[in-house]
Amino acid sequence: MDFTYTETQDMIRDTLSRFLADTYDFETRQKFINGDTGRDPAIWTALAQDLGMLGAAFSEEQGGLGGGALENAIIMEELGKVIAIEPYLPTVVIAGGALKAVGGAQADAMIPEIIAGNAIVAFAYAEPQGRYDLANLRTTAKKDGAGYVLNGHKSTVYAAPWASHLLVTARTGRNQRDKDGVSLFLIDANLAGIVRRDYPTVDGSRASEIYFENVAIPGDALLGGEGTGLPLIEQIVDEATVAVCAEATGVMQKLHEGTLEYTQQRKQFGLPIAKFQVLQHRMVDMFMEVEQARSMTVMGTLKLDLPANERMAAVSACKSKVARGAKFVGQNAIQTHGGIGITQELAIGHYFKRATMIEGQFGSADYHLDRYERIALAD
Amino acid sequence: MDMEFSPEDLAFQKEVREFIAENYPAELRGKQDEGDELGKEDFLAWHRILYKKGWVAPAWPVEYGGTGWTPTQRFIFSEETARADCIRLMPFGLAMVGPVIYTFGTPEQKAHFLPRILSGEDWWCQGYSEPGAGSDLASLRTAAVRDGDDYIVNGQKTWTTMAQHADWGFFLVRTDKDAKQQEGISFLLVDMKSPGITVRPIITLGGEHEVNEVWLEDVRVPQSQRVYEENKGWTCAKFLLAHERTGIAGVASSKRGIEKVKEIARTELDGDKPLFANPFFKRKLAELEIDLTALEFTELRSLAGANAGKGPGPESSLLKIKGSEIQQRLTELTLEAVGHYGAPYFRGFGANDLGGDNEHPIGPDYAHRAAPTYFNMRKTTIYGGSNEIQRNIIAKMVLGL
Ligand SMILES: Cc1cc2nc3c(=O)[nH]c(=O)nc-3n(C[C@H](O)[C@H](O)[C@H](O)COP(=O)(O)OP(=O)(O)OC[C@H]3O[C@@H](n4cnc5c(N)ncnc54)[C@H](O)[C@@H]3O)c2cc1C
Ligand SMILES: Cc1cc2nc3c(=O)[nH]c(=O)nc-3n(C[C@H](O)[C@H](O)[C@H](O)COP(=O)(O)OP(=O)(O)OC[C@H]3O[C@@H](n4cnc5c(N)ncnc54)[C@H](O)[C@@H]3O)c2cc1C
Repeated sequence: MDFTYTETQDMIRDTLSRFLADTYDFETRQKFINGDTGRDPAIWTALAQDLGMLGAAFSEEQGGLGGGALENAIIMEELGKVIAIEPYLPTVVIAGGALKAVGGAQADAMIPEIIAGNAIVAFAYAEPQGRYDLANLRTTAKKDGAGYVLNGHKSTVYAAPWASHLLVTARTGRNQRDKDGVSLFLIDANLAGIVRRDYPTVDGSRASEIYFENVAIPGDALLGGEGTGLPLIEQIVDEATVAVCAEATGVMQKLHEGTLEYTQQRKQFGLPIAKFQVLQHRMVDMFMEVEQARSMTVMGTLKLDLPANERMAAVSACKSKVARGAKFVGQNAIQTHGGIGITQELAIGHYFKRATMIEGQFGSADYHLDRYERIALAD
Repeated sequence: MDMEFSPEDLAFQKEVREFIAENYPAELRGKQDEGDELGKEDFLAWHRILYKKGWVAPAWPVEYGGTGWTPTQRFIFSEETARADCIRLMPFGLAMVGPVIYTFGTPEQKAHFLPRILSGEDWWCQGYSEPGAGSDLASLRTAAVRDGDDYIVNGQKTWTTMAQHADWGFFLVRTDKDAKQQEGISFLLVDMKSPGITVRPIITLGGEHEVNEVWLEDVRVPQSQRVYEENKGWTCAKFLLAHERTGIAGVASSKRGIEKVKEIARTELDGDKPLFANPFFKRKLAELEIDLTALEFTELRSLAGANAGKGPGPESSLLKIKGSEIQQRLTELTLEAVGHYGAPYFRGFGANDLGGDNEHPIGPDYAHRAAPTYFNMRKTTIYGGSNEIQRNIIAKMVLGL
């Protein structure tokens, strides 16, 4: 057993953390998100080309640094510490994960583009009726000659306004909720018939409603088998789930640190409010949630390679624990700040908003508790 | 002991219900249904209708414009207005400064201000908190110095809700620097259009502009606008805080809130069933309903005390703590219920974009403000004396610790 990071992993963390300290302070982040496009593309380019960060989780043969899920977790946690809006999750963790899993010509073509920072991929999987069920799909891809024709509506697709490509789940057969008949496609984001309504999100990102209106896509857009895509989709979503838990750890750590710092400065009744025992105990509880979130993220990350059932149980244990911790830490950070906590002025409120959205991302605490019960406590 | 309404109460309930059905502004209802943010004119629209009917200030003594209702009737009234989802009237005039003025004010103050509060002519704000004086309100530093018949006021207030609309503000100011903290404070009524007042917006987490910084620079306030004795303003402040806290329980509106969450859960899908059939979600609704029932009966018992002539005491802190926690849990459940559609941030849209494209809508109407409301409602455990401070009050005043 060994819980230490390798030298390369330490280096990734240090490099990224220094870069973000220089380029991504809170005011700068606010400028990005309030600008027209909601981001500064130069950051992404720098991450790719100056830091080589977008290759950290790809093998050396593919042009990367030879890492995987642990590297993703390290990077997501650092991004979480500055509540970065960079599309690392959908592009590298999710699309990169799918490409690594299927390999072949598609991976050879796309992975270098991702590593170079040329491709941004958004993950179009959620549908208005589907909640967290990945197989509950009304979007269809009908065979048409060598290719397919895509129709349907995907909701709240984060990073879609910036994307060069879309990773889309769609039904190639069977009925709306069947496990069979689901397929995964990687397509150009600008094909004819793709209608987007873009909007900002409450946690500072950009997203879209995406409508596919008879979109003709080529046959080689299909990743993996036709109609047998669900296990692959479940796998990449599990990887993504653990990655947002890593992000949450960074967000929660900052919420906790910000609270410690503030309560030692803020005086009421002639004392720094950190002297009030009720607040001390609360901050201790927050600290314990941060530590447990970190532990669960390590656990989840290390178990991503296990057989599907064990992996799913581990990921659900991780997400349910982290979702609750994120809520506890976020709410109490705001409460302990008093009035100033609910303003846009302080960073703390923005961390709280991101923590809140992470709670529900890829399944709420309840959803994952339920999935855990069904797998780990099956009769 | 019984919990049935008398025939008179039932008749009253019917009268209120019918009045609301016939008179609540349709336009306002529409805005509320669409989840729009509401402005000054929206609040005043309903205020004026109730004023015309003579129902705008049920808690006031009849001689000043109250309704003379029994506490039970007042309970029924607030229950019915919440049930019908009527907008909540702004408390600063009606529930806060009004009672202070009729309890402590001069005959001139009563004659001038009370009718204008009732009619809605004056919009009020509350200038208590300061950057350095939040929970420790008595440490406030905004100073008023006598100058002939006036005071000259200097200082800064903050978190002043709706000051951007206010005609008048009631301010706590220090009139004796040397006295013990609570003893050197006075209660002033300040014309918000006075020279030297600057109001600056503070934007809260959901993007709302509801609170402000208020700067006072050599603001001249006639001494005739001081309520009660000089240096005795803390008496008014404490009286007012107790009033503020009872209103804060919000039982009736939380009941309505639960109904709204249920409606959403019946509409939202979870698999091939409505979310309402999800046992986890339902369990949380059940717990919330039970907690609300506990709060309701605690309030009713305290109301029975009020019926027997006892004023609101330290138990109002209990109502505030539990009431605010329930309000927050409601917003939590709503956000959870709307799923992915909690994410879009509608305030960030160009105005034309919102709802402009019916073919490609962005989620259901009830989702539009779910997240901003959840963020915003974190305030309920902070304002009106934070819940930590309320617990300190219970520890000291009720438990004798
Ligand atoms: C089953 C059991 C086995 C034990 N075995 C041993 C043993 O083998 N050897 C031995 O030496 N002792 C033993 N103890 C004693 C144990 O260490 C003490 O009970 C413990 O230190 C608490 O002291 P107390 O019982 O006097 O409670 P108190 O110290 O009187 O505390 C009462 C309550 O007040 C709280 N409290 C006290 N101070 C503070 C503070 N500053 N801030 C906030 N809260 C505070 C405590 O947390 C507790 O809830 C044992 C106790 C138990 C119950
Ligand atoms: C939306 C909103 C609207 C408001 N509207 C108004 C208004 O119209 N007029 C007005 O005058 N004010 C208003 N307020 C101000 C409100 O009353 C104060 O925010 C509140 O009193 C808390 O003060 P603070 O924000 O300075 O927090 P602080 O007093 O700095 O408190 C920070 C944290 O420390 C805790 N704390 C402080 N002292 C203790 C203690 N002794 N023991 C344990 N914990 C403690 C608090 O509970 C809180 O969690 C509003 C506030 C908000 C958020």
